[in-house]
Amino acid sequence: MRYYDKLVFELGKSGRVAFSLPEAKTGAVIPAELRRSSSPALPELSEVDVVRHYTNLSQMNFGVDTGFYPLGSCTMKYNPKINEEIASMPQWQGIHPLQPDSTVKGVREVYGKMERCLSAITGMARFTFLPCAGAHGELTGLMLMRAYHESRGDSARIKVIVPDSAHGTNPASAAVCGLQIVVVKSRPDGRVDVDDLKPLLGPDVAGIMMTNPNTLGLFERDIKQIAQLVHDCGGLLYYDGANMNPLVGVVRPGDMGFDIMHLNLHKTFSTPHGGGGPGSGPVGVCEKLADLLPSARTSAYNGNFSVILKAYAYILMLGRENVRMAGRLATLNANYIKESLKDVFKLPVEGVCKHEFVFDGLIDDGSSTGQNGATTLDVAKRLLDFGFHAPTIYFPMLFHQSLMIEPTETESKETLDSFIEVMHKIAMEAKNDPSILHNAPHNAPVGRPDETLAARQPVLKFTV
Amino acid sequence: MGSFAYFPHTGEDIRSMLDRCGVNSLDDLYSDVPADFIYKDEYDLDPAMSEQEVREYFEALGRKNVALTVFAGAGAYDHYAPAVIPAITSRSEFLTAYTPYQCEISQGTLRYIFEFQSMICALTGLDVANASMYDGATSAAEAMRLCIASTRAKDTVLVSSTLLPSVLAVVRTYAKWGGIKLVGIPEKDGQTDIGALALLLGSNAVAGAILPQVNRYGIVENHMGAADALHASGALLVEYCDPSVLAVVKTPAEWGADVACGDGQSLGIPLCYGGPYVGFMACRTEHMRKMPGRIVGQTVDGAGRRCYVLTLQAREQHIRREKATSNICSNQSLMALWVTVYLSLMGPQGMKRVNDLCFERSHYLKDSLMSTGLFEDPFPKATFVKEFALKPLVPVESLQQKLLDNGFFGALSDENSYVTFAATEKRTVAQIDALVDVVKSMKA
Amino acid sequence: MSKVLEGIRYSESHEWVKAEGNIAYIGVSDFAQSELGDITYVDVPGEGEIVTKGVEFGALESVKTAADLVSPVSGKIIEANGSVIDAPELINQDAYSAWIVKVEMSDPSEIDTLLTPEEYGNIAK
Repeated sequence: MRYYDKLVFELGKSGRVAFSLPEAKTGAVIPAELRRSSSPALPELSEVDVVRHYTNLSQMNFGVDTGFYPLGSCTMKYNPKINEEIASMPQWQGIHPLQPDSTVKGVREVYGKMERCLSAITGMARFTFLPCAGAHGELTGLMLMRAYHESRGDSARIKVIVPDSAHGTNPASAAVCGLQIVVVKSRPDGRVDVDDLKPLLGPDVAGIMMTNPNTLGLFERDIKQIAQLVHDCGGLLYYDGANMNPLVGVVRPGDMGFDIMHLNLHKTFSTPHGGGGPGSGPVGVCEKLADLLPSARTSAYNGNFSVILKAYAYILMLGRENVRMAGRLATLNANYIKESLKDVFKLPVEGVCKHEFVFDGLIDDGSSTGQNGATTLDVAKRLLDFGFHAPTIYFPMLFHQSLMIEPTETESKETLDSFIEVMHKIAMEAKNDPSILHNAPHNAPVGRPDETLAARQPVLKFTV
Repeated sequence: MGSFAYFPHTGEDIRSMLDRCGVNSLDDLYSDVPADFIYKDEYDLDPAMSEQEVREYFEALGRKNVALTVFAGAGAYDHYAPAVIPAITSRSEFLTAYTPYQCEISQGTLRYIFEFQSMICALTGLDVANASMYDGATSAAEAMRLCIASTRAKDTVLVSSTLLPSVLAVVRTYAKWGGIKLVGIPEKDGQTDIGALALLLGSNAVAGAILPQVNRYGIVENHMGAADALHASGALLVEYCDPSVLAVVKTPAEWGADVACGDGQSLGIPLCYGGPYVGFMACRTEHMRKMPGRIVGQTVDGAGRRCYVLTLQAREQHIRREKATSNICSNQSLMALWVTVYLSLMGPQGMKRVNDLCFERSHYLKDSLMSTGLFEDPFPKATFVKEFALKPLVPVESLQQKLLDNGFFGALSDENSYVTFAATEKRTVAQIDALVDVVKSMKA
Repeated sequence: MSKVLEGIRYSESHEWVKAEGNIAYIGVSDFAQSELGDITYVDVPGEGEIVTKGVEFGALESVKTAADLVSPVSGKIIEANGSVIDAPELINQDAYSAWIVKVEMSDPSEIDTLLTPEEYGNIAK
């Protein structure tokens, strides 16, 4: 990767064009009162300028295809190339979203079969594909939760229980859905404290949102009891599918008692993250909520169809033979790294993890050298120098130096071994001379940015 | 093992890794899961396919769709996408990256988002834009929430009945569960009735109004007086825009709007049965900290080099949790790249050309359809750029079916018994003539 | 070690109050600023806004976190400190001179219910 400084606005010249369209004859005739006063300040380039600019930008980016991406909670597995080929077939590209079903039988078959596949894997009865991302799925799922209670004339259920360790989207989605958030505590091992939960349950509870395995990568062993308690009080269980990956082919959320869930097709089902999207967050419900699905109109048309196509291609490749290994190998990879690095990183909770785990910083951060100790941020930045993406850092907030590692099942033992070796090397550097870490990364296109300056004096667009 | 392309583990790998973990089998890694939750049946999935089988399967599936020439719009338009765009967006450095949290190795993503924000500001005339949202409809729903958040103790948002039905449906869903009251603004002559809007501001409860800059009938609306009336009662003006048309019509800023939102699909994104598209939002600086979604800002690194980071994050869910401005936690980044490359290719001249061609083609289509004598023009004085509504004098369903039978998709109907047609720069005169011939054949 | 200033009162949510008659100057403690790190934005309502003891009335933002401002007294805001809003780093530089809002107290006796420097020193670590 190398530093490239330009913005597209700084290239080109007035009068240059990179489009090829027929000449217009009369042009648009817009009355003065509706006309724009000046043309928009867009760049004027030739085609090759545009191509080189964005190619140069791409070379400052790290993707799954560049190297190992152990970003906890993000499930950065390999994105198969056949998925992309399928999605870009012209048979799908030109279809208008409002075309009648009789003209889109192939498309409707994709939705129908995908729903059956996801039902088979999760144990839910029906799915909606409208949500465009995980958080969007959460919101849609919570709307369905409220719609269910409302359909029974039960309008008193305005609270939702969220574990203190939950992803920030859980309480945020609940707030957007007009629910009051009640926080249930975690025990020191990160699992939901059932004793803390019990007194929170009552006739005003719409349900509980859970991630299982939770944000520490630990299976919520008490889920059966939790499901019983919540159902007994008349509430529903929402499953946040962010951490579904280790359960693929092993455990089905529907069997654990969950009533509503979302999946992140861009995590669990191998579609690319695209630098932050598009994703797809289909929501599954159990039988008793199935009729309510059409009420959750949360996006304009049919969801992110091409993402759904990619995920379906992946499931067809996976098939019933390989599905059983997906979660198991993800879990094996995570435990292997955990066991191989716990001699130099603090492991707060012993025992088997699922697809990910959390370290609480270095055992020896080098502060005995008289310098400031190396932090989790320093470790993350130093990893970039060795060609690895950093893990998720400072989440969950249960620990001060959280370092959350998720390798996924698509990484080989050799890749994991080289990551483990580098992490040991970094730990040794920290112990002997933490300043090497403080100044990292040394080999990236840019060094650590001044984020305080960015926030205090926001520059959010190009100006001449 | 070793027989599946995406799982690299050999049997030997698994054995030695299990040893390191101190367990005997893969199932032992699930010893913390109650045994009755472990799924023991065969998964009800098809047998694994080879890559060739997958390709052939989808080719066959694709053939079950009927290829149609699109003369429909309703928020999704068949514009031309230059070949450069997929060549760039399919680069795996962009495609397979996560959200740019590690900015030192994500400058590519951060920089194009900064460019995207700048271009949205250029099109809307507003001060600040975010890194994109799911789609136009959710951007309108988020704009509704922004109105409530930016004004104090107000609980009502006005929505024009000339907004696209697909947008209104999503706004209604968010409003219903978010405890926000919606009041419809009636239409007059196919446009938002600004006089009626002013009358709805009597109570002090209105936080804002969402008006379409190009509406469900394709009409470019005149919003003279709307901003003044809203601002006088402490409410915000939100303009729901077609960003392609924005290149030639009065901008949200020129109408005095506080917020602009809409769908970037019209900037060259394939129809693809409705997604992925890309929502956008821009606003005036004073509402910046109430804006939902990611925002990229410029700064410098330790060596003084210009670089880009995600900024103003204290608005967002991972920090503010239930007090965040929104629950959104991603953007449609790759689609924002799509739009950014599109606008870089088109430039100001290309955007004008697209609109000129859309205007010519759609007016030619309308004039030709009117000349068949099978339609009435409900809004003869209205200005439109690429989409228009007509009242058919033949049964709507038979018109639609006739078009489908001949390979055209158009004449979308609504509850007012109008039908809409759209013609973009992609529609040729020959295609238009062919469609009109089909319509003519319905005479008699 | 963060500093606890004598002669003023504190809340458990790390605000300080300096009273002059029925006027209260409100800021955040040195401990609070050090926990937040570089403060980037001060979000407070303007003049005339009513505040209530124990109720959130604004927020401080830093790059990676945000903290609510909870009013230690009840009353009406008569001034928000423009220099601190323009330059939030003033709070990082000297938390006790960087008052954030000036409040006309409706019940000045509320001051007596707040923590003394000694009491606050015990929780701010």
